[in-house]
Formats: sequence, C-alpha cells, structure tokens
Amino acid sequence: MKLIIAIIKPFKLEEVKEALAEIGVEGMTVTEVKGFGRQKGHTEIYRGSEYTVDFLPKVKIEIAVGDELVGKTVDTIVRAAKTGKIGDGKVFVVALDEAVRIRTDERGDAAI
Amino acid sequence: MLLGLTALVSPAFAQDAAPTYENLEAFAASPGYALFTANNLWMMLCAALVFFMHLGFACVETGLTRSKNTVNILFKNTLIPCIGLLTYALCGFNLMYPGFAEGSGSWFGFAGFGVSVSDSVASLTDQYSGGYTYWTDFLFQAMFAATAATIVSGAVAERVKLSSFLIFSVLFVSISYPITGSWKWGMGWLNDAGFYDFAGSTLVHSVGGWGALAGVIILGPRLGKYRDGRIQPILGHSMPLATIGVFILWLGWFGFNGGSVLSADPGLVSLVLVTTALSAAAGGFAAAMTSWFVLKKPDISMALNGVLAGLVGITAGADQMAAMSAVIIGLISGVLVVFSVLFFDKIKIDDPVGAISVHLTCGIWGTLAVGIFGNLAGGSQIVAQLKGILSIGVFTFIFAYVVFFAIKAIMGLRVSAEEETEGLDIGEHGNEAYPDFTTAHNA
Repeated sequence: MKLIIAIIKPFKLEEVKEALAEIGVEGMTVTEVKGFGRQKGHTEIYRGSEYTVDFLPKVKIEIAVGDELVGKTVDTIVRAAKTGKIGDGKVFVVALDEAVRIRTDERGDAAI
Repeated sequence: MLLGLTALVSPAFAQDAAPTYENLEAFAASPGYALFTANNLWMMLCAALVFFMHLGFACVETGLTRSKNTVNILFKNTLIPCIGLLTYALCGFNLMYPGFAEGSGSWFGFAGFGVSVSDSVASLTDQYSGGYTYWTDFLFQAMFAATAATIVSGAVAERVKLSSFLIFSVLFVSISYPITGSWKWGMGWLNDAGFYDFAGSTLVHSVGGWGALAGVIILGPRLGKYRDGRIQPILGHSMPLATIGVFILWLGWFGFNGGSVLSADPGLVSLVLVTTALSAAAGGFAAAMTSWFVLKKPDISMALNGVLAGLVGITAGADQMAAMSAVIIGLISGVLVVFSVLFFDKIKIDDPVGAISVHLTCGIWGTLAVGIFGNLAGGSQIVAQLKGILSIGVFTFIFAYVVFFAIKAIMGLRVSAEEETEGLDIGEHGNEAYPDFTTAHNA
C-alpha cells in the first residue's frame, strides 16, 4: 500500500477528483494548505504599506492506494492538475505500513 | 442654537412667550400639537439612527482588525453605548446643558445628578421646546455622547487593556465630553464667541479624535507594526464587515445631522440630508481616487475611510452649505484622510482603523470649513472656529493624556506581549470569535 500526497492548485481539485473517479479511485482526504516552491509570491498593498505574500494557497490531496494502482493514480493526478504554468505542485508517494477501516475493522488492502 | 431654531419651528406662537398648558389634554387640543408631534417624531427617529451607528462602529472596527481580537472589539463596542447612556443620564446631560444664560460666557455648570422632569406637563410639550420633549432631548444627546467615546476604541484596538479602556471611557464620556460640549451647545462661552458647530465636527468627532491620539501616543504601536525601519501592514480580517459598518454609519448620519436641526423643519432637514449625502459621496470618491494615484491601486479601506471623512467634514456646517460647497468639503476631506493615514503611520502613530485621520483631521477641517464656505463664511468666523478648535483641542487632549497616563502608571494600559500575540480574545475574554475556523494567519 502507498499513501499518495499531491499538492495542487486549488481550482484544479474538481478536475483531479473526477479524473481519479474514472480510474476507480473514490476516496481521498483534502486539506487547504499554503506553500511555495520555485513559484515566487506577489506583492500586495494595504493602507499604503507594501508587503510580499510568499505562501500561496494550495490544496493537498491524500489517497491511500494498493501498489497495483500507484502508477496509474500518479499519472492521472499529474495529467489532471497540470496547467503548464509555474506553481502546478508536486506528487509524493510514501510507503504505507497499515490501513484500518474504522467501521468494520478491516485491515490492509481490504481497508482501502 | 436651540433657542434660535425653536422660533423657526413654531410659527403659530409669538416668539416672546412660550405657550403654557394646564395639562396634557389641553396641549393635545392646542393648534401646535400636530406640528410638535411631527417634530418630536423625527427627533426620536434620529435618536434611533444615531444609536444604530454603534453597530456601524462595531463592524468597521471588527473588519479592520485581526480575528484574534474580535471578541474584544465587539465587547468594547457593546459596552460603550451602555456606559454612554448611563453616565449621560447620571451626570453628562446636566453637565452639558446646565442652563447657562446666553451671553454669560460660562465655562462650567452642573444641573444636578440624574434625569427627571420636575413638572409633568411643560417638559412634555412645546413649552420645553418646539422640536422635542425633555426626554427626546436627553435621548438624542445621549446617543451623541456615546459616539464620541467609541471613536477612541478603534484607535487603541488590539493592545489596550480592557479594564483600563473602560475606566478611561467612563471618565471621558461623563466629564470631558459634556464640559467641552457645554461651551457651545450648552450656551457657554464658545457660543457667545460666535463659534459654530452644527452637529459636532469639533464637539463630537475631534473630541473623540483627540482622545484617540492621546491614547495611541501613550499606548504605543502594536507589536511588529514598525519593524526594521519599515511599516509592516497588519491586515484587517474582514473587508465585508468594514464595508457594512461604513454604510451603517452613513445611514446613521442621516439621523446624526438630520436630527441636529432639532426639528422636522422640511427645508432645513432636507438641505442637511443632501449636504450630508453629497459630502459623503465626494469623500469616498476623492479618497478612492487619491489612493489609486498615490498608492498605485485603489484601496477599499481608504475609500471607506473617505466616506466617513466626508461625513465628518460636513458635520460642522451641514445646514449652512450649498450643495456645491458640500461637494468641495467632501472632496477635500477624502484627500485629507488618505494623506493623514499615511502621515500618522510615518510618524509611528499606529491607528488600526484610521480613527484619528477620519475624526480628528477631518473634524478640524470640517470646523474650519464653516468659516470658508457657506452662509457664515468670513474672516471673523474663521477666527471663531479656530477658538473652538484650539480650546476644545487643548482641554480634551490634556484631559485624555492625563487620564491615560495615570491609568498606565496605576494599573497599566497595555496587555502583555504574550497576550497581544495570542490575541486579546483569549487573554481578556477566554473566548474566541470564530471557534469554527482555523486562522490562515497567526500574525
């Protein structure tokens, strides 16, 4: 099992969700985050004083998938979330030791 | 001003003898009853409109400060009208209107504690005044008193200790405001000197502004506001709320200025509402354009401050101005307020909501404008206006400065650095304004 963590542009969330549903990935957790990579922030001004906003709003998606789905899931996310402009985000694949479905106590692949 | 306008609104009566009635039934049957009822009704509506401005202040201050201090802001804005009304009933009304004889050049008088009618007929009829009963008089003026106190709360926001601020407010609204008010509206020496302040550019707004300035000087800026030789912006957390607040204030101002006619006189009230609206519009427009040109982008909070600046600017002379003059006064107010906000930041006077710029800077401007535009324009009027501006400024600033200084020495004026960082909602109230939301910033 793997945990796929994707940081994407917020307006891409619907598109990514629908693309994942098409390949059979239905469950995910979404968090609103801020971050930056190489994308610079921008300058804002409030009552005459300028300031830079370095942290940009992003959305983090976490999905637990079986090993056989990892490649397809990553490719789907990349394809759906890409705009080609700076700040598109990143996808990480992390090893997942255990998963439990709370309602039924199922473990392992049965839980994801 | 009270007596002069009374003559205007009861044309049926000879100016030299106030009407008398045996009882209220006799009054109700008298020819002046309908007119008096209409006047009094308008005045009561205006009292309600001025009251409503406290919601406006609460929204503006909340919107332009951080969410971690919102409960504290709302608490202050809830308590100040309460304190204002109670102290005005206790002593403020009779300090402000002690019954000076016109022309006596009086500085101080006190007509006793509490509000009550000694006779139950005269005070409730046009024998008291052509425009309103004793009770209406008290209520309308009480609402004004509370607005002077609340101006201070925005400037000292986000770092003043709640208990210290409340103590200051009690003293400020029950002693300082009524005394300076008595000099003009109470028929004191400034009235004799020809000073004119229709609805309080000096008596209310600059009084609040001087109190705010004294407070901010003694209090110091918010943590992190002036750092590394630069001004660090501390963003207000809700522009929608700030906007709602300004429009509520604009609405309330129709009562603030409209009721200062002290009757429902159609000609005067309609003129005043127009000059008020035009000045507000000009102020908002000018501030928006000024921020656009000077700061490269049009700033919503500056535009909002501009509307208020225009309103404050016309308040001294709304009944004396032609429409065009009102527009010019508003335009100048709008430009002034933007530069004033920038100026105070530059000299490290930290005012989160621009209260000093709106109420003090434009209060002084609006008062001076009475000598420059309109029916009273002239060199001697300018001198009279300056007398009022300076005397009330000196008294109020010194009073506020001494009180704040004493409070700071005795009990402290400012919350601790830890509390200021964590937010006054937790520190002062053990409470959160938005417990369902996690904050994006934690500055």
